[in-house]
Amino acid sequence: MKRNSFWGASFTASVIIAIVLLVWGSPSVAANDQPSAAIAVVKIDNFVFGPQTLTVPVGTTVTWTNKDDIPHTTVSTDGVFKSKVMDTDEQFSYTFTKAGTYSYYCSVHPKMTGKVVVQ
Amino acid sequence: MTDKKQDLIDQKLQDLNNDGVDRRGFLKCMAWAGTGLVWTMSGGIPKSRAFAKTADHSAVKGADFTFVQISDSHIGFNKPANPDVTATLQTAINKINAMPQKPDFIIHTGDLSQLSKPSEFDTLDQVLRGASAKQVYFVPGEHDMLTDNGEQYLQRYGKGTKGAGWYSFDHKGVHFVGLVNVANLKAGGMGSLGHEQLEWFEDDLKGRPASTPIVLFAHIPLWTIYPEWGWGTDDSEQALSYVKRFGSVTVLNGHIHQIMQKVEGKVSFHTAMSTAFPQPAPGTAPSAGPMKVPADQLQRVLGITDVNYLVSGRSLAVVDSPLGDSGASSAGGGGSTSGS
Repeated sequence: MKRNSFWGASFTASVIIAIVLLVWGSPSVAANDQPSAAIAVVKIDNFVFGPQTLTVPVGTTVTWTNKDDIPHTTVSTDGVFKSKVMDTDEQFSYTFTKAGTYSYYCSVHPKMTGKVVVQ
Repeated sequence: MTDKKQDLIDQKLQDLNNDGVDRRGFLKCMAWAGTGLVWTMSGGIPKSRAFAKTADHSAVKGADFTFVQISDSHIGFNKPANPDVTATLQTAINKINAMPQKPDFIIHTGDLSQLSKPSEFDTLDQVLRGASAKQVYFVPGEHDMLTDNGEQYLQRYGKGTKGAGWYSFDHKGVHFVGLVNVANLKAGGMGSLGHEQLEWFEDDLKGRPASTPIVLFAHIPLWTIYPEWGWGTDDSEQALSYVKRFGSVTVLNGHIHQIMQKVEGKVSFHTAMSTAFPQPAPGTAPSAGPMKVPADQLQRVLGITDVNYLVSGRSLAVVDSPLGDSGASSAGGGGSTSGS
């Protein structure tokens, strides 16, 4: 029950993020060729984090979405953030409040690695 | 028919050679899923051959004991590759129950569940309770340690084990060691045993005569099959150095959802099919995700492995059989490993 409500909340949050992206986020990315000010996304597809390196301004919330049929995680190498297991289409978000380079990997498939550069 | 099979096997060997898997002189590899495979060893000379219904069953008949390996049940998985993994596990159990010689026990080489959910473990337990062999030995897969660093797995399946769930036991003169290579995985790496487990393993083997047959089992292969997909164990070389002095070593793994075999000196490596869904042959798909096959072909690429141990004749036979066994010998290997 607890899990369900967690994922329910997470799902609701992700829908809101998706709507925000649709209405406002994506076009601005396309138009300026710059990361959007507050929101960025990483898609997990075919056991790859895409983009593998994401550069964003301080304060950006990054949302990872698992598009695979296999569960994945997003875990900071330095212990800064750690997602729960994401099954297909589940998401994890983290807001980067400090500049720096954040390496992360999938703790289930550690060959999968990625980086968020916060400027 | 036999020639045709041999051609298929040769072709697979060739493919693997081209893929650079067979990189150490005397390595022999075989990738094949679809029908069965018998592996025998006698007098230290290992031989692989296709298993057909007409094949010589003498090794099986005279076996001192038999056990079955099943793997990668992924209970909870419900995607198109196989929407009913509980049913295919049940089919595997039915197959075990129909074996002419009742196996002494079952080894499950991990990924019992898809998401480490209690309900998934419950379902697995329920299906396994119907097996003729009541004793089941487990090692965890990465899917069994997703939520709580494997605490739940240890509570359910790891009683009396060490660390993340490793242990050993003896059965009719054979020493079995269950190793865990899915805990504390490092970014960028493959499977890992870790220092503590390696020390325990070295110690566990100490004082055992070199004539003791050794069977190692772990989820991720203990030999490097395809590092690009993480199909290997970073510190397996060290583990294998501890078994070098033994005359007969068999390594049973899962994780890659297809049969692969390699013989290196006195060590034979073997990976089992999944009871849930097939995965592509190394490098033949963009990723190691589930391979979707037509429903009528699914059972050819899922299966069980039974191992017949013939202590007196120094022989060991590994027989892989797919779940859909009717006419297996004429199924022509199904070509399933290349069907991605």
